[in-house]
Amino acid sequence: MTAPVKEPKTPVRKPGESLPKRLTRHQLFIPLAALALLVLFNLIADPSFFAVTIKENSLGNPVLSGNIISVLDNASELVILAIGMTLVTASSGGQDISVGAAMAIAGSVILRMVCGGQVAADTLYMPLFLAVLIGILVSMLFGAFNGALVAYFKIQPMVATLILFTAGRSIAAWINNNQLPIMNDISFKYAGTFLPGIPVPTPIFITAFVILLFWLTLKFTNLGLYTQAVGINANSSRLNGLDPKLIKLLTYVILGMCVAVAGFIRVSRSGSINYSRIAENIEMDAILAVALGGNALSGGKFNIYGSIVGAYVIQFLTTTLYKYEVPSTALPAYKAVVVILLVVLSAPVVQEKLAGIKKTPAKTAKEVS
Amino acid sequence: MSRGIAVDKQGRIKERAAMSDTNLLLTITVVVFFVLYLSAVLFLGGGFAKPQNFLNILNNNASLIVLACGMSVVMITGGIDISVGAVTCLVCMTCAVNLERQGGNILTVILIGLGIGLAFGVVQGFLVAHLGIQPFIISLAGMFFAKGMTTIVSKEPVRVTNEGFLAVKEIRITVPGLGSTNKLGEYIPAYVEVGVVIALLAVVLLFCLLRWTKLGRSFYAVGGSSQSANMLGINVRRTKFLAHVLCGLLAGLGGILYFLHVGSGDVANGAGDEMNAIASSIIGGTLLTGGVGNVAGTFFGVLSLNTIKRVVSSLGFDEAWWSNITVAAMLCLFLMVQSVVLLRRNKK
Repeated sequence: MTAPVKEPKTPVRKPGESLPKRLTRHQLFIPLAALALLVLFNLIADPSFFAVTIKENSLGNPVLSGNIISVLDNASELVILAIGMTLVTASSGGQDISVGAAMAIAGSVILRMVCGGQVAADTLYMPLFLAVLIGILVSMLFGAFNGALVAYFKIQPMVATLILFTAGRSIAAWINNNQLPIMNDISFKYAGTFLPGIPVPTPIFITAFVILLFWLTLKFTNLGLYTQAVGINANSSRLNGLDPKLIKLLTYVILGMCVAVAGFIRVSRSGSINYSRIAENIEMDAILAVALGGNALSGGKFNIYGSIVGAYVIQFLTTTLYKYEVPSTALPAYKAVVVILLVVLSAPVVQEKLAGIKKTPAKTAKEVS
Repeated sequence: MSRGIAVDKQGRIKERAAMSDTNLLLTITVVVFFVLYLSAVLFLGGGFAKPQNFLNILNNNASLIVLACGMSVVMITGGIDISVGAVTCLVCMTCAVNLERQGGNILTVILIGLGIGLAFGVVQGFLVAHLGIQPFIISLAGMFFAKGMTTIVSKEPVRVTNEGFLAVKEIRITVPGLGSTNKLGEYIPAYVEVGVVIALLAVVLLFCLLRWTKLGRSFYAVGGSSQSANMLGINVRRTKFLAHVLCGLLAGLGGILYFLHVGSGDVANGAGDEMNAIASSIIGGTLLTGGVGNVAGTFFGVLSLNTIKRVVSSLGFDEAWWSNITVAAMLCLFLMVQSVVLLRRNKK
């Protein structure tokens, strides 16, 4: 098994199938259609939504600003989480709901490292990359904890991660003795805001780098293939010589790494942390991104590009809702409705009914257990 | 989903085996609770020895008892519902706004509470049972929906000043024989709030429902193995649907009891209660995989959980975050124990 993994870009073409049908059957159709719908809505409602201007930021550097830049910038954490969440979903058939709390832990660890335990620090206590590295390691440990509960103790993923979901923000507060450290060194904020002299927000670059990393990993290793094999049928993958438990654990550790990067970007934006509010409700968005990307939430085949597009769609929706002055606390209600609609539409029963209406043969085999 | 049940193709034998599981786990829970409480009395003494302190655990957790029982019912059928805490919050806020701004009374409060709970139960039950969607996803969405709706109803905390409501809230029911004399030699009777009576009533009713009715038995059968239940002629979808409706209704009732206890609507009400309810159910011997569980165990689970919380805070770890960490640690411990027991059983 040395062949690189190839995602099925388009389903096998059946003879006599028309072009529109081939298009709608493509996995990226739903997220791209949703994106197009949002773009169209904003174009009609207020074309100035897409205006990109150059402003001076607080340091006096000219930087790009506008809703589109803000979507690309603010979606960074979500995109990175969605990639990890896709792998976890594919391998274990469940989702990690502790990502928000784990981001709080990673952010707290990184802040504690750079502040050296002080409440407010003006200079870095240790080199930034070392602090981030420690943050990533701690986060991977927590990921391994979740993964071990899921893989070795066979607890449903969402219940297993419920433990960290509850305790995570408390652990984050405990790491810093319940103080709220503030990092004033400007170089700490480079990762979350702008590098000097570059007008594009740094998180966009970090996200692009992470996407590239996963693209290369999936292209040149068997991670994707093995993850799908375990997700589709753990028993038969074991009979084929894979270790399903180890692979499940691995995906959770990878998610832990993604969580740490996302947490670093988040604390780097402001140089401070609020344990109960940082990355609040982001687990919901991450799961939504995976579902929107056309991935089965019950595991099996996956497409990380779908999840990435899904994450940008969600951020687009959020920014649009903000523009029309929907209060941020009410956002979960709107998103919950979208989630319910999505899962209802992708439910096998509903799909069968829809297929029955169209008088087409049953839907292509989707790994729904 | 058939893990956790002695594997046998015949329904009767399977069910009897499930009951012995239930009784075993129930016994463990009760023993754990008494050992916990007695050692607290022995080593920490003072506060724990007073009967009123024990009754205060009940007073503070009447709503949690009801929520956890609802959770147990869903878990017995093999599902889960994590929206109950947020539903509690929504019920509190809506009731408070109704009383304060729309001139409601205690009757409308009860109707609103049960109505909201029922609505959540019916929608979630339909999606889970008839469309076959994972209960966790649906109730996660339900949880966020309820959270968002709460802030749409009112962002600011609402304090209730309605006299009729406060009169009900202040009802104290004296428990004979448990009072104590204070330093001045006056006798102070021990009391429970009216919510505790309702909660205990709900526990007894649910216990009877699960133990002796056809519906109750079919909950166990569906959770044990929905396939065999189907072959026995049980309507699996309807049973799952009813379990979610029951859980939603109890979440509404729990919301009313929470509201009766705190007397205000606040977006922080019931925060983390879904977690407490799941933890209580699991500590009480309900298996996540379904088919095994008992509301009496859940009741003791709530007591154990809150005893542990009190012990932790009286040991000096009284910062707010320790409570969450304790719950999570206890849940983790019991989950692992269950999992190990199940894995061993399956190997036999």
